[in-house]
Amino acid sequence: MPLNIVVLAKPVPDPAAAAEKLGPDNRLDRSASPSVINGNDEYTLEAALQLVEAHGGEVTLLAMAPAGGAETLRKGLAMGATRGVLVTDPALAGSDAWSTAKVLAAVLKDLQFDLVLAGFDTSDGVGGVVGAAVATLLKLPYLSSAAAIEPNPDAGTVRVRRISGSGFDVLEAKTPALIVGTQLLGAPRYPSLKGIMGARSKEVSQRSLADLGLQADGSDAVGGGAARTEVSARRTPPARGAATVVRGSAGEAAKAIVALLAERRLV
Amino acid sequence: MTTVAAPPTSSAGQYRLTDEQLLLRETLHDLADERIAPRAAEIDRSGEFPEDIRQLLARHDVLALPFPERFGGVGGDLLTQCVAIEQIARADTTSSLILTVQGLGSLPILLGGTEEQQGRFIPDLASGAKLVAFALTEPEAGSDAGATRTRAVRDGDSYVIDGTKRFITNGSVASLITVFAVTDPEARTSKRLSCFAVEVPSEGFKVNRLEHKLGIRGSPTAELSFDGVRVPVENRIGEEGDGWKLAMGTFDRSRPGIAAQAVGIAQGALDAAVAYARDRKQFGQRIGDFQMIQAMLADMDARIEAARQVTYKACVEIEAGAPDGARWASIAKLIAGDTAMAVTTDAVQVFGGYGYTDDFPVERMMRDAKITQLYEGTQQVQRLVIARALLGKGG
Repeated sequence: MPLNIVVLAKPVPDPAAAAEKLGPDNRLDRSASPSVINGNDEYTLEAALQLVEAHGGEVTLLAMAPAGGAETLRKGLAMGATRGVLVTDPALAGSDAWSTAKVLAAVLKDLQFDLVLAGFDTSDGVGGVVGAAVATLLKLPYLSSAAAIEPNPDAGTVRVRRISGSGFDVLEAKTPALIVGTQLLGAPRYPSLKGIMGARSKEVSQRSLADLGLQADGSDAVGGGAARTEVSARRTPPARGAATVVRGSAGEAAKAIVALLAERRLV
Repeated sequence: MTTVAAPPTSSAGQYRLTDEQLLLRETLHDLADERIAPRAAEIDRSGEFPEDIRQLLARHDVLALPFPERFGGVGGDLLTQCVAIEQIARADTTSSLILTVQGLGSLPILLGGTEEQQGRFIPDLASGAKLVAFALTEPEAGSDAGATRTRAVRDGDSYVIDGTKRFITNGSVASLITVFAVTDPEARTSKRLSCFAVEVPSEGFKVNRLEHKLGIRGSPTAELSFDGVRVPVENRIGEEGDGWKLAMGTFDRSRPGIAAQAVGIAQGALDAAVAYARDRKQFGQRIGDFQMIQAMLADMDARIEAARQVTYKACVEIEAGAPDGARWASIAKLIAGDTAMAVTTDAVQVFGGYGYTDDFPVERMMRDAKITQLYEGTQQVQRLVIARALLGKGG
């Protein structure tokens, strides 16, 4: 039985460009920096690609972003995803996590899937709540902090090894289910050149709020105007002190690190 | 009187890389930084061909770039190939040569081979399963390729090749070699040579020795001897006497690759110099705060960008079949090769005494840069080509 997997893939400012800027409203100025797929989402995408390579099936990327997000998703298509779906609407600028979850849930209602995968959190908002909110809205089993994902498509179930304080918990749920992954799933692949050339012919379909039957005002509104959270203040974190670089063999370095920690009464 | 402005004409498509090329650049940038750059110093030190990098490039379809899709290639045009070479050369020149020479050695087959020959040879080259080398240069025929002595004599359904080829990049690791040999000693230069695809191993073929070189030390540069090597007629590329035309046609398309390699080496050196200028403190401040360092870095950046743009433009002109393609190829290599030499030398200067040691990559880059002024036609040969385009053949 092939698997259909939807991967939530958020375009975020490229951390490598180090050009993030906040606008006067304390919101991220998304035009100030080139955008890339959120790093943690690439880990879940890698897991999804490996699962469909093993079981057959398709991977759909789902994002809510400004219109340029279609190009950002192209890298995920080059890595091997089948198609992309981008929700883009001027009214969505400034959406909070709750709005985002409602929008993504509305798209998912129209898609056929066995699994939805979400990254642990995003490098711009760092909220880490959208996955759980989407699962709640769609009444999907929610499996978090996954270090490994083992679906059983014939039985219609999925097992997840969830990181816990003492090791792993093994969770099992019926599919469809929503899983939040961690970087323990394994590092994302580089797109192959054939993948890059082939990505051109893959589809990224765009949906507006109207297409989804959602509104930017009224009692059940989504988007910037309906945000329930606001950024009230901003502060630059204090500069970090000079780092101590420990050199030497693994054994020597470990001793030196323990000594440093002991000096600070941390061990 | 009112004047009506002409509608603005968009030239963006002509002057920017496509989204696809940008994604390819970003991917190879990361691949080179993360997987190739950490190997560069060791490849240089050991002087061994980096088989692991060849496999890495094959696995990511990088070696498939110069080849048509119907033979398992990626079908990248010349500009796309050059963008790729540049990114790999940024991290390691030797590694970039694997892609460069895969293109160089196969160009005679792509330009002059029959569909049957391309179907026979190209798929293994596109997959990276086999490497190919290009053998024109000889001990007595360097810049003067017309002085080629290696002979190919027709004998029934085959040719018998005798002679020595020198400075053949990848000559000791290639499974296929495109060899240029004299088939008609009496003919004028442009009709004396023919091109043959020699499969290795072959009876009578031998690698005599490898050169010890200043740079590109992991890239084997071989002297090859052909002692009565028999090659079937089906392996002759083009007609008898087409060799010169195929070799020159190859250079028109391969020289921009060397230009791109030179741009990549220079960019790698600038990136290292900028990082060092940010970090290194003297007289109580970062050396990047000194105007003398700033001016050097700015000049390096400006020269690199100029070399890059002329290289990209040459690619587009050659791909479009411009009648002065040879001129464009030579201009690109001339400008970019000199830029790489100048920029890497300045990068060593920014590092001061540390730049002269192998604790930092810039001395390697400086040694590697020199080859871009020498191979695939010395800078003097590039000037000859450009001058001929200006003045005509007799010039």
